[in-house]
Amino acid sequence: MERRNLLIRGIYGLWGLITAALAVPAGAYLLLPPRTRRQADWVEAADLAQLPQGSPEEVVFRRNRVDGWKISSEKSTAWLVRTGDHQVTAFAPQCTHLGCAFVWDDKKREFLCPCHTSNFSLEGKVLSGPAPRPLDRYLVKIEGGKVLLGSIDQPVRTA
Amino acid sequence: MGEEIPASAGWHQVFGSVALFFFLTQAFTGILLAFNYAPTPGDAYNSLKYIVTELTGGRIIRGLHHWGASMMIVIVVLHMVQVFLWGAYKKPREATWMVGVVLLLLTLTYALTGYLLPWDNRAYWGTVVTTQITAGVPVVGPYMLRLMGAESGIGVVTFARFYALHVLLLPPATLLLIALHVFLVRKHGITPTPGDEVKPPKKFYPGQVFKDSVAIFVAFAVLVALAVIVKVPLGRLADPTDTTYIPRPEWYFLFLFQLLKYFEGSLEVIGTVVLPGLAVAALLLAPFLDRSRVLPVAKRTAAFGLVFLAAAGWTGLTVAAVQSTPPSTEVSVIDGPSGWEELSPEELAGVGYFKKENCASCHALGSGEHKIGPDLAGPAIKRDAAWMIAHFKTPSAVVPGSNMPPIQLSDAQLNALAAFLLKLTPENARKLEAAPAFALEGAMIYQRHRCGSCHKVNGVGQALGPALNGLAQRRSAEWVMKHTLEPQKLSPGSTMPPYNLSPKDNDRLTSYLMALP
Repeated sequence: MERRNLLIRGIYGLWGLITAALAVPAGAYLLLPPRTRRQADWVEAADLAQLPQGSPEEVVFRRNRVDGWKISSEKSTAWLVRTGDHQVTAFAPQCTHLGCAFVWDDKKREFLCPCHTSNFSLEGKVLSGPAPRPLDRYLVKIEGGKVLLGSIDQPVRTA
Repeated sequence: MGEEIPASAGWHQVFGSVALFFFLTQAFTGILLAFNYAPTPGDAYNSLKYIVTELTGGRIIRGLHHWGASMMIVIVVLHMVQVFLWGAYKKPREATWMVGVVLLLLTLTYALTGYLLPWDNRAYWGTVVTTQITAGVPVVGPYMLRLMGAESGIGVVTFARFYALHVLLLPPATLLLIALHVFLVRKHGITPTPGDEVKPPKKFYPGQVFKDSVAIFVAFAVLVALAVIVKVPLGRLADPTDTTYIPRPEWYFLFLFQLLKYFEGSLEVIGTVVLPGLAVAALLLAPFLDRSRVLPVAKRTAAFGLVFLAAAGWTGLTVAAVQSTPPSTEVSVIDGPSGWEELSPEELAGVGYFKKENCASCHALGSGEHKIGPDLAGPAIKRDAAWMIAHFKTPSAVVPGSNMPPIQLSDAQLNALAAFLLKLTPENARKLEAAPAFALEGAMIYQRHRCGSCHKVNGVGQALGPALNGLAQRRSAEWVMKHTLEPQKLSPGSTMPPYNLSPKDNDRLTSYLMALP
């Protein structure tokens, strides 16, 4: 009986090792992010001179997206708000609730999401509705009169 | 589990379980690879490169799948040899044996179809040979070729067919046959040897299960060691115009490859169809060809003799094939050359043209800097030389909307530039870019004067004259400079023509040559 127990333990031990040796790399492979996550390039989105002060402007630009083994060039949009002579805020075009595209309501002077009626101020703050946090922003840089946009500055998610 | 097995059962019966385990492991790693793999020619290569260079564990998963395929063949063959030696194919187990032979053929089909999927030069050229062999089969050849989607050469259709076979058709077929195989094994029981009748039977669990587990563990440990230690190469992107690539099949097919060399002209069909066909038929019909009584394994001398002959024949052919294979000059793209010293003169001259044409003012090389053009060492930029050269000449015709100016260089110089860009990886970009000016100038002079038509550097070039690596150990710089100007004066009888280089050019060329490792 002693020998039988030893064999059974051996079987479990060996299969445990085999399972672990397969599961660890498989888990890492599926769950860890790719190693070279590079910052997005800066792309030109608008002429600073053509942005009106205090009223948001939706701009369309092309940017490269690193998508697995491909870099694809795709159309993106941003809401630009000129806040000073050399200051521009750029909001990512998705509502922070569930990702619908929001629009600017010129009469009420606020951003309005048509999906679940979240409202945001010109500064991106939540005025009403289910949105959990202010609007996400692109990193902005101004060079030679051009507005350059970087990656979306991921806010800390506070649940 | 509680089944009874003959008293003689033991270590020699572990191979079937190991083969089953390897099949399941291949399925597991194959599914993982498929999660990040795009099954079309161009993307296949890039996605596999992404798996092995950017995903954590990706190299190991691919290693397990690659080496698992080789080990699967070894184990299946060992399993067959054991069954053959012990005479376990005899009545009533003929069907079990025949299903096993079909499973062996399926395993080989996995190997053939999987070989194409990385879409590098090795895969491409290996499959070219496979399809050509198939095309040469009398009567059915052309139809087989059409079935493989390779009528007008290997391309997207071939790729789709091979992929579909590899992942859609073969696995369920294998599962069904394995189920049938295992059902038959259980139906007829483990083969007893003469004498077992009088001994009390054993239980399958835990004794035999333990032995199977140990064997599986040992084989698996070897597989993991291979996957971790030996890097599976990923060569250059498949290039149908690459005439320097010498295709070779995977090691277990080398004997067939060698066999073909002995049958010339109309006899070729003997090597491609008749002999393999006879071998398969003999395997399938073994239970009916040998109807003698079951003997203890130690008395089956004829069986041992046959296995020995087969092994000797296989080994002889394989060794002959290996000996006739020149060492590969292809550098694995994953690693790439690590310094300028490892580049061929043409590639190094390409670095020179890259600098001369100020390409770096619009293109970064792996630094991720923001520039107008794309980063040329970026992970996603992989083009073949033909694309690049067309793009260099008229950028906007190849990339609509590109505002890159056409490069004003000769075809040979553009070739050099493309050759360099093909060797770029994110890891080596900085080192290659930092090659010293004298080496770049020297390599450009070397290329301009076509020194490579007679000399070899880093394995590239013709062997009419002496190879120039390690020149500094044989000659002084002064000697080399004089020799370039007047070869016959220093080495009478030399067929090298004199090169009337300016003192400055001669000095740069010589400095470059003297720096070669």
